[in-house]
Amino acid sequence: MADAFQILIDGHEAIAHAGETILDVLRRQQVETPTLCTHEHLTPAKACRACVVELKGSRALVASCERKAEPGMEVRTDSERVENARRGVFELLLSQNDVSTAPALAAQAESLGADPGRYRGQRYEKGFFDDNQLYVRDYDKCILCYRCVEACGPDVQNTFALTVAGRGFDAGIAAGFGGSLPDSACVFCGNCVAVCPTGALMDRREHSLRAEGRWQEDRYDVVQTTCSYCGVGCQLELHVDRESNEIVKVTSPMDHSITHGFLCVKGRYGYSFVEAGAE
Amino acid sequence: MHEKVLLRRQTTPALDLGSYLASGGFAGLKKAREIGAAETVRIVTESGLVGRGGAGFPTGRKWESVRTATDPERYFVLNADESEPGTFKDRVMIDVDPFLVLEGVLIGSFAISATRAFIYVRGEYRKEADLLQRCAKELEAAGYLEGLGPEGRALAIEIRHGGGAYICGEETALFRSIEGYRGEPMSKPPFPTVAGLFRKPTAINNVETVANVPDIVTRGASWLRSLGTERSPGIKLYSVSGNVERPGVYELPFGTPLRELLDLAGARDLQAILLGGAAGTFVFPQDFDMPLSYEAAQERHATLGSGALIAFDHETNLWRVAERLGSFFAHESCGQCVPCRVGTRRQHEMLEALAEGHGRGSERDLLVRLSQVMTDASICGLGQTASTAVRSLLDAEAKGLLAV
Repeated sequence: MADAFQILIDGHEAIAHAGETILDVLRRQQVETPTLCTHEHLTPAKACRACVVELKGSRALVASCERKAEPGMEVRTDSERVENARRGVFELLLSQNDVSTAPALAAQAESLGADPGRYRGQRYEKGFFDDNQLYVRDYDKCILCYRCVEACGPDVQNTFALTVAGRGFDAGIAAGFGGSLPDSACVFCGNCVAVCPTGALMDRREHSLRAEGRWQEDRYDVVQTTCSYCGVGCQLELHVDRESNEIVKVTSPMDHSITHGFLCVKGRYGYSFVEAGAE
Repeated sequence: MHEKVLLRRQTTPALDLGSYLASGGFAGLKKAREIGAAETVRIVTESGLVGRGGAGFPTGRKWESVRTATDPERYFVLNADESEPGTFKDRVMIDVDPFLVLEGVLIGSFAISATRAFIYVRGEYRKEADLLQRCAKELEAAGYLEGLGPEGRALAIEIRHGGGAYICGEETALFRSIEGYRGEPMSKPPFPTVAGLFRKPTAINNVETVANVPDIVTRGASWLRSLGTERSPGIKLYSVSGNVERPGVYELPFGTPLRELLDLAGARDLQAILLGGAAGTFVFPQDFDMPLSYEAAQERHATLGSGALIAFDHETNLWRVAERLGSFFAHESCGQCVPCRVGTRRQHEMLEALAEGHGRGSERDLLVRLSQVMTDASICGLGQTASTAVRSLLDAEAKGLLAV
């Protein structure tokens, strides 16, 4: 390809294409890279710093999710600085957040050898918000990855109900001007829930089932169907409990050409009619 | 004795255009108009002027990059969001000579053919913002903004009040703040000269930096180079505070020994100074003979930063000082990235324990470890330097230099 060029990753030559990020190249080369905030359909927030790499000529480490590859770049992912920084990011998060519904985060932390007890101090206590019929917000689990803000904003929904408020350790996600979701501009599309990496945002159904100890992933089949509400043709994944035959969750495949994983309130939450008809 | 340049109107401030002109004002702008933008930038480049806000980037190179940008829309931004603890030189600079600062802005805007100039003044500096606004209006009324913009158009100057956060002084966060967003830093590259304010080529300079410009243009590049050292040409303002008899702003050529500044300010028998502000380093009496220049500071792993100098006597518990610095950074972190948002909080908690004397014993090692994470992985200079002073204190403690 005309726009292909070479970069060095840990001393090995790799092909990059114009417009690609360093992370794109790392993934193609199958260089394991921890990530938390970056998402295939959202603008890189470069906020979590889990994916930092050493770039020759750059004083600080750079976020590979955001930095575009350039010809001749020399990238290191295996240096002590990179390992220390990545491990540090996870140790800092483990010192503040409840990660009980963030298995991916916990797994990455473990594989980096992060010590959950390294840092002690104030936990992130932003509270549990249960103010609407469709999803709950448990901000003690929020790592401020900005995904929900971007999904709610110009990357997907253009609703702008969610934003970051406050600063430093006290920064947090706020709906509207710190009020409740129903009072905000929220349209309950649930696209924020779809991209939340830690379970801080969770569909009410899943939250209730978990609270009752009845959330059992291994019992759920995924049934593909097309949303019947309008003519757009969004692909739905119905997560169906094969024993009770109940739908417990609706998602859309992130790689689907029409939805890119995003839905509207009807597609994501308007599924109880299926069960009503079954009775 | 050094003849004052930046502070030459300190005793009789020129607060109206008439008195500024009567005391030699606007010779620089007049000359810049005569010689043109390219030549003006060449002189500034040759003078070796570097940014006085702390980062020390060559001003002329910044200007040349914007001047030669292809995008016709470009901005000049004056960073007057002075918020570094112990730094107050820009406020004094504006108070005593607002027109000198504005003349620098006008020359800079002319040099890069700016479509608009923004002056971003720290939110708490109401008086200074009002003063600059009044002076800018006076200049506009007197026709001084005519012909400075692209294709001979008039330059528009807009004064903006700062968002009330230290981070808004970080140039990319400052842009976001002007644009109406949260003051959160963006990644560099792209650098402001390529994609700055509103993603347009932007020259952003500190107050003290632009105040140097009128004299450089009038007196020539060699004039600035005749002052200071070879690698740090010119003069520097220092904000001196703490345990000194005469706190205040001092103007000295680069290369002046630190001890001379301390003597001028009436410092006696100090335990240490904090040089360069909250993101600076502690310097102890054994190094008080160091010349105040970028290169001499660098050799000692110190920094001049914005020129802040806070003096501490032997009664001061420097861990208590470090705890205050830690509190400052934890409060001022914007919260965007994990290393800074959580790191500055954890750092402050550990510093509190050390200052109170009830540490668990592991704090010192952990502070070093955390420092490396913050320095390496934070998005911007705030997180990257939030542990610099702490590291220098740990080093000094290991050498047995602390009094308390």
